[in-house]
Amino acid sequence: MGSEDVYILGINMTKFGKHPDLDTVDLASEATLAALKDAGVTMKDMGIIAAGNLMGGAAPIAQIIQKQCGQTGIPAYNVSNACATGATALRVACMSVKAGESDFGLAVGVEKLAGAGLLGTGGGRKKGDEFERSGRFGAVGSVDGRIGTENMPGTFAQVGMEYAHRYGGANFELFAQISEKNHMHSTLNPLAAYTKAMTLEQIMGDIMIAYPNTRPMCSANCDGAAAAVVVSGSKLKTLSQEQQRRAIRIAASVLTSDPYEEACQVLPNVNTLTRNAAKQAYEQAGVGPEDLNLVELHDCFATAELVHYDNLMLCEEGGAVDFFKSGAPFRDGSKPVNVSGGLQSKGHPIAATGIANIWEVCHHLRGEAGPRQIEGAKVGLAHVIGLASACGIHILESNSA
Amino acid sequence: MANQIPYVDYLVLGDDPHLVANECTGCGARFFDRRNACGGCSGTEFKKADVATQGTVKTFTIVSFAPPGVDVPFVSAIVDCDGTSVRTNIVNVEASPEHVKLGMPVKLTTFVAATDEKGTEAVSFGFEPAA
Repeated sequence: MGSEDVYILGINMTKFGKHPDLDTVDLASEATLAALKDAGVTMKDMGIIAAGNLMGGAAPIAQIIQKQCGQTGIPAYNVSNACATGATALRVACMSVKAGESDFGLAVGVEKLAGAGLLGTGGGRKKGDEFERSGRFGAVGSVDGRIGTENMPGTFAQVGMEYAHRYGGANFELFAQISEKNHMHSTLNPLAAYTKAMTLEQIMGDIMIAYPNTRPMCSANCDGAAAAVVVSGSKLKTLSQEQQRRAIRIAASVLTSDPYEEACQVLPNVNTLTRNAAKQAYEQAGVGPEDLNLVELHDCFATAELVHYDNLMLCEEGGAVDFFKSGAPFRDGSKPVNVSGGLQSKGHPIAATGIANIWEVCHHLRGEAGPRQIEGAKVGLAHVIGLASACGIHILESNSA
Repeated sequence: MANQIPYVDYLVLGDDPHLVANECTGCGARFFDRRNACGGCSGTEFKKADVATQGTVKTFTIVSFAPPGVDVPFVSAIVDCDGTSVRTNIVNVEASPEHVKLGMPVKLTTFVAATDEKGTEAVSFGFEPAA
């Protein structure tokens, strides 16, 4: 392990939603320049940049950001890890600082997704005179929809229903209540893509995408970017009192992938790698779930939020339904989860998400979250899952006494 | 009778249609795709293993939106076949939560999924409620 503590010095997320007049480069640059300003530093100070953009628009994104914001010749890492891409970019910057190779690092994630529709759905069978086998299953046509589903709402519906089968107590209505909570939370977040509360009846009565996930229970495709500037502990000591006060300590920065288990190549297992990452993160940070004042977790679908209460050990094993029913994950509860509105309402510009969730936690730890401030927040956790799979967890701590 | 071929390599047709997995001789992990090595133990030796044709639904979803050519809604599920998990559609059942239940016993069935221009039929599989 390296000897350097790592801090978030500056961080920013753009408004999530539709940005028809801004392209990927504009959004990434907006977040980058704002994060640098928030940190009180410039591109000239950066020792490394790591950036990600999954669905295209601009590649290589890290160098393109430099071409807009400052070409200083530093190493640029273009990263890709599905929905964990932003967290992976941050992790790369953190590793460089922790290793002592850089004093400052920059991580950026950006996506243009408004109107993208269903993700993860393959095409139909290619037309041909005769059947021809292709792919790893030797299939004569597309398997998606014909031999189970590969689309994201269906995959994560099965993740939630598997939990329901194993432990009982979860049903369509309970999953919809989780979504109702997050939509309610988003009413206080001006940067969220959707900021309207929805009733349980509206949520359950909306278009069914993949039972039990209706449309508002799915993450909202939207445009957005987020960027973070990290700094070493020793460098931070040389900066202003104000910079030191607002700096947020990264008490844990962890990335895991999915270990082999029966069935994991049949239905992605998003549980074990999250649990493994959580264990490592709590150990690194020297805190437990009971110490967390708020959690931003990867609610790509309402069915996913439930299982992650358990995976992040916010409740007893098998106790996620009771945990939700106790009111704990509501913003006025004992363990507020997704007070930003989560991916279902704040939105999910894929590569930006793993930094935007950290922005949300930092905002509260700095006491700058305005009407949605979780009072007195000192410690928070941000979690993302990228399918296939990667899990990023960061535990963040306030630096002010 | 038309010439029939399996839709995927891991489906065996004939009098007793069943799925066949690549089983790692080192650790017993089973896979349905073409393998280079084992994801569990990195072993490189595999044998063919027949998979049980009966099982229980350990999770499911009812999908309403799909690529062109796929009828919706359809039921996607993971079926536990004596310890081997299989991804499949649940067929010959109404696609509604009133008719598909977690833990429901199901059995393998086959059907013609597509026909090419030479009349060859590609036979695929699904699982249906077991009587």
